Amino acid sequence: MAFTAPKETYSGKVYPVTIGTGDTAVTFGGENVLPFHSFEGITPSRPVIAIEIQDVPPADWPDTVRKPYDAVSGDPVTWAKFCQDDLKAKAIALRLVGTHPDRENRSPADAVKTVKDVMAAVQVPLIILGSNHAEKDTSVLVAVAEAAKDKNCIIGKAQEANYKTIAAASMANNHKLIAMSELDINLSKQLNILITQMGFDKEKIITDPMCSALGYGIEYTYSVMERIRLAALTQNDVTMQQPLLGDIGMYVWKIKEASAPEADLPQWGTLEERGIAWEAETAAALMIAGAGLLIMRHPRAITEVENLIDELV
Amino acid sequence: MLIIGEKLSIIAKRVREAMMKKDKGPIQEIATRQWKEGSGVIDANIGPAEDGGEELMQWMVTTIQEVVPLPVCLDTTNFQAIEAGLKVHNNQWGKPMINSTSNDPERFPILELGVKYNCDVIGLTVGKGGLPADAEERAQIAAEIMGRAMEYGLPLDNLYLDPLVLQIATSQDHARHVINAVKMFREMNDPAMKTVVGLSNISNGCPKPLRPILNKYFFVMLLDAGLTAAIADAHEMAEVMQERSIISDVMAGKEIADKQKMTEIRKTVDVIMGRTLYAHSYLEM
Repeated sequence: MAFTAPKETYSGKVYPVTIGTGDTAVTFGGENVLPFHSFEGITPSRPVIAIEIQDVPPADWPDTVRKPYDAVSGDPVTWAKFCQDDLKAKAIALRLVGTHPDRENRSPADAVKTVKDVMAAVQVPLIILGSNHAEKDTSVLVAVAEAAKDKNCIIGKAQEANYKTIAAASMANNHKLIAMSELDINLSKQLNILITQMGFDKEKIITDPMCSALGYGIEYTYSVMERIRLAALTQNDVTMQQPLLGDIGMYVWKIKEASAPEADLPQWGTLEERGIAWEAETAAALMIAGAGLLIMRHPRAITEVENLIDELV
Repeated sequence: MLIIGEKLSIIAKRVREAMMKKDKGPIQEIATRQWKEGSGVIDANIGPAEDGGEELMQWMVTTIQEVVPLPVCLDTTNFQAIEAGLKVHNNQWGKPMINSTSNDPERFPILELGVKYNCDVIGLTVGKGGLPADAEERAQIAAEIMGRAMEYGLPLDNLYLDPLVLQIATSQDHARHVINAVKMFREMNDPAMKTVVGLSNISNGCPKPLRPILNKYFFVMLLDAGLTAAIADAHEMAEVMQERSIISDVMAGKEIADKQKMTEIRKTVDVIMGRTLYAHSYLEM
């Protein structure tokens, strides 16, 4: 008798989310199977990788990942154009880290100017991220959501402490929204419920269960993502069917392995290769767990993951 | 069904203050109310009680039994405090209970006390190595506790197996593992082994209005599984018993007139059985 591969069928599916406008819009999600299980159902979109830039020069990034952007990262506009035109970014994640009160403490008006300048210079979809300071983000993200009205961006991140204002601004200006909770599937579901109870369309949310780098708790992120996907697909849970975000670069490029010099740790191998591999591996693992949108930093890590996606789809 | 009244716990601020000040008033008031509401045993949880535990437990036992004709469940990890409490326990009102032994070697000597003072003993199915993963692991630990009880000479009739209820908000899968464990424990002896749970831990960490809802329906599901005893709020459990037939009807798939209640029961059962993912607002979805 011929061998027949067993197939799972699922009752739910992941919402497809489109960001940006016109020819450069991109879509992720939409599958009704576990990641890359195209042999069991439909997988209409491949994961999207957004390249991360920020509103202030990346002085705190390790050399390996700062180097490729040395010539452009002094200004977010040239940086964004470089990502779009030279690196062929499908989306750009602009992190307004300079608005953090402990950093440059840039004002919402400063952030609005940066966002407008970047939007004027590039056509690819924009993910606009605050500084993860729950209180400051409310003023910054509300202002930039309005400045980017109708550009169909992703605004993030809404957390339990600040979701109301950020979700309202996102809704009023026709954006998608990242809902972030801290490595707890039940709280992740709860936040999605609370946001939808405000009248926010559940199909416009991207769930961020919180990322972690390989070696620094990635198994927690992996497990939460996997369980969210199973709840979406096997239990048809409409509050868990949003695409998942892997905010990779920020978590990888702050760990020891991405910056410890070869002179101190020769047994760890080449510093540059090590960092790039670390980012690519972290991204690959979380993509397999279910992330449909990845935010990454190093061009070579991004190329590696794109190659992997080519092989998997 | 034996209800072991849960309210006299050092975790509650009012009770803790009364214990510290040796103020009998609140303790006796709470004990009396639980007795009137249908408790058959009163739990006295004095915590680890490293300092002055013996004196405190004796004071608790006598304070409770001064006004309530019930046995006391002596709930502490302090061996000496339990023995001190047992010495003053008035067995005229029934057999005292000890909470608890387990599969942790440090907790084995509790069984000696159980034999020496002819007590009921709760056997919590955890070991030294952390929490049991599922019902099977709980049953495996239960078998070891049963074997040890026999070794020490404690009749199995005096042993209550406790599958360890965990918080549904963080350990959802364990709710159904606990229900399955109760069924498995019963089958481990003939006559069936006695079982007990710390019921309200299921809703620990949940929003306040949700707590009695989860406690009650979880209780009915455990009753259906054959549970013998519960450390619980007697008042809540009395309410359940009044509603039991409609709850059982809904659980059996029948429609009832009160649609809101029906939805509440169905959604809660789904969450307990792990068919939908728990979130604090699960009833609103």
